[in-house]
Amino acid sequence: MKRGLIVWLPLALGLALMAGLYLGLRKPEGHVIASRLVGQTLPEFTTRPVLPGQPPSASADFRDGRPRLLNIFASWCVPCRDEAEMLVRLKAQGVEIDGIAVHDDVDALTTFVAANGNPYRHLGIDEAGRAQMAFGSSGVPETFVIDGRGRILYQHIGAVTEDDGRKLIAMLEHAR
Amino acid sequence: MIAEAGLAALWIAAALALAQLAMGALGLRARPVLAAAVAPVAITQAATVTMAFACLVAVFARSDMTVLLVASNSHSAKPMLYKIAGAWGNHEGSMLLWVTILALAGASIAAFERRLPADTRMATLAAQAAIALGFYAFLLFASNPFARIAGVIEGQGLNPLLQDPGLAFHPPTLYAGYVGMSAAFSFAVGALVTGKVGPEFARAMRPWVLAAWIFLTIGITAGSYWAYYTLGWGGWWFWDPVENASLMPWLAATALLHSVTVLATRNGLRAWTIMLSVLAFSMSMVGTFLVRSGILTSVHAFAVDPERGIFILALLALYIGGALALFGWRIGSVTEGSRFDMVSREAALVVNNLLLTVILVIVLAGTLYPLLLEATSGDKISVGAPYFNSVAGPLALAMLVLMAAGPLLRWRRDEPKALLDRVAPAVLAGALALLAVAVFAGRIAPLPMLGLVVAGGLAIASLAPLGKRRLDRVPLFTWGMVLAHLGCAVSLAGMACDSAFTVQNMAAMNPGETRVVGPWTVRLGAVRERPGPNYQAMEAVLVARRGDGAPIELLPQLRQFTDPPMQTNHAAIHTAWNGQLYLVLGEQAGDGRWLVRLWWKPFVVLIWVGGALIAIGGGLSLIGRARRDLAARGGLRKEPAA
Repeated sequence: MKRGLIVWLPLALGLALMAGLYLGLRKPEGHVIASRLVGQTLPEFTTRPVLPGQPPSASADFRDGRPRLLNIFASWCVPCRDEAEMLVRLKAQGVEIDGIAVHDDVDALTTFVAANGNPYRHLGIDEAGRAQMAFGSSGVPETFVIDGRGRILYQHIGAVTEDDGRKLIAMLEHAR
Repeated sequence: MIAEAGLAALWIAAALALAQLAMGALGLRARPVLAAAVAPVAITQAATVTMAFACLVAVFARSDMTVLLVASNSHSAKPMLYKIAGAWGNHEGSMLLWVTILALAGASIAAFERRLPADTRMATLAAQAAIALGFYAFLLFASNPFARIAGVIEGQGLNPLLQDPGLAFHPPTLYAGYVGMSAAFSFAVGALVTGKVGPEFARAMRPWVLAAWIFLTIGITAGSYWAYYTLGWGGWWFWDPVENASLMPWLAATALLHSVTVLATRNGLRAWTIMLSVLAFSMSMVGTFLVRSGILTSVHAFAVDPERGIFILALLALYIGGALALFGWRIGSVTEGSRFDMVSREAALVVNNLLLTVILVIVLAGTLYPLLLEATSGDKISVGAPYFNSVAGPLALAMLVLMAAGPLLRWRRDEPKALLDRVAPAVLAGALALLAVAVFAGRIAPLPMLGLVVAGGLAIASLAPLGKRRLDRVPLFTWGMVLAHLGCAVSLAGMACDSAFTVQNMAAMNPGETRVVGPWTVRLGAVRERPGPNYQAMEAVLVARRGDGAPIELLPQLRQFTDPPMQTNHAAIHTAWNGQLYLVLGEQAGDGRWLVRLWWKPFVVLIWVGGALIAIGGGLSLIGRARRDLAARGGLRKEPAA
């Protein structure tokens, strides 16, 4: 039987894997890279609606002169569940939050919102994670502070705690 | 002095590994004197490195704070079990444990393996020594576990998440599985060097693969249950990179286990079996590397500088690249094995093997993709559970369907019509499962629904090889296969039930208040302080009742550790016959109410029961094969002791 070049394929794949890992090792220090979009205008994005009566989030909504938060989360993400209560409290204090659920589906998200509360003014699904990538965000949950002209002022990485909540409110006040 | 003795032992073990490699390589060129010494050297090397490891455990047990590793990972106030477990709850110690198990695997090949041709066995031991040598060098030059430090009075403690009895045994078990695969790897390298691949080789290799696979199965199952009850998230698998790192070698080992059987029984799949042997251990090393390099962050990752990562990566490139190059160069000399029909047990196993490999690639890609993307474009993304579930899930189901059919097929060739007759009861069972779900559960999501149907069919199909046979005549290894396959069905049923029927309730509760989750009513009695051995805990007294049943008291804790400072949620779990009630105490909200998370998880325990069945099946298989081999050896005894 003629085996030919195919017997060298595993070696090629193995070496490619090693090269990839080497590149991974040489990444800069620190595990979280802040979005390079901070200070810039929000990238264009649209999302798919989830709940009847609640419009989906879109970049076009952010230029109405009112600063608000943009929360990127997912129903399958545990820290997101933890931060939901804090977001509901922020909403109670008058903070407007638009939500993008990444890699999510309607059923799971409906259950999630029913269980953990719905702090969102607009809420949409980003199935392929495109909006998330456009933001250069590193994972879920993340919360962006957007000013009234649609510029990103700040990127908060990880769940929003009580202290973070105060900080975010202060930033929104400042942006007004 | 103990630390210095340990370091000396490590140097001696490294020297012995070098000697073992040199003797093995020279011995192949017909130097019988050297060849005879390889096995004793392998055994001495294992004994020496075991002493080094014992020294490390001793300095941890005595809380010798002049040893840097103890000072940075232990604490004199820790319970003894965690002091000892602390020896491998850190980077250096776990690498020493790794290489100790590697040397022990080599020693047991040297001591017990009698079926391989003498030259293949020698090449195998030389390969084993080559691997050990690299990791000795890594320990001695880049990760000395015995380094001293002056002026430290108290240690920094062990990560509280790792302070759990299960965790004391989890790493050694998983390592035994990872490193046990090195035996298969070295066998494959040995066979590539000598070109002797056949049923005899497969029979020699099989027990090693089986043993390592059992350890991996136990390690993964136990790790999953540990994550379930200590992390307090109610989940049992998170597709965390390190979980994936243990799953990938398991997938490769499962494929190998089956292809080695084809090689042993039918003398087929020669090149493929060699390839899988290399792949299984390569995945073990990549797994170790991902964890140890700090390249991926998770609870398993000990902080490590990139220099060490480069060192390990160089070792990996050397071993994996070397073995694959040897494969490309030598596999031509391994002649093709016997052929088989499209409808045959071999064919089913091949397809199954391919599916396992594809799932492995999917998991590997999902684990590494964020790394690669970040390295090339600087973007950081996460690949979440939905990717793995939606891509690997259907493939795994397809594989399990084939798994139901495989044992019902005959070797070499079979009649499709006859097969249909044999799978009919399984199809019927699947249909009944579908009916039962439709009647009792109504509409559920498609994937769990399919899961339950496949589980029903697979359960019956896996029992089928016992049908029409006298049970006392069924060989032990057939029982092993039946149990392991049944375990897959049981585990699958548990996963499907958990994902389809779990209900949860997150509540902020005042003492005296009641919440409902599934069939349970749960009342919060009080929240009280509860000091632990080295933590402070808030403990909730929750009383759960099911209908008019007797009240059950459950005590979840929110634990605050001080050395190092960290909070953990210790879940309280009540196991009923049809599921688990899983309660977690969260933090106190601003208004004085306590956050309580309540889950009712029907039949979730089946996941781990299935895992245990799989491991027990593997154990029976191993005992059955060993007994048969012993009997055969007693009857023949024609092989000279090599």
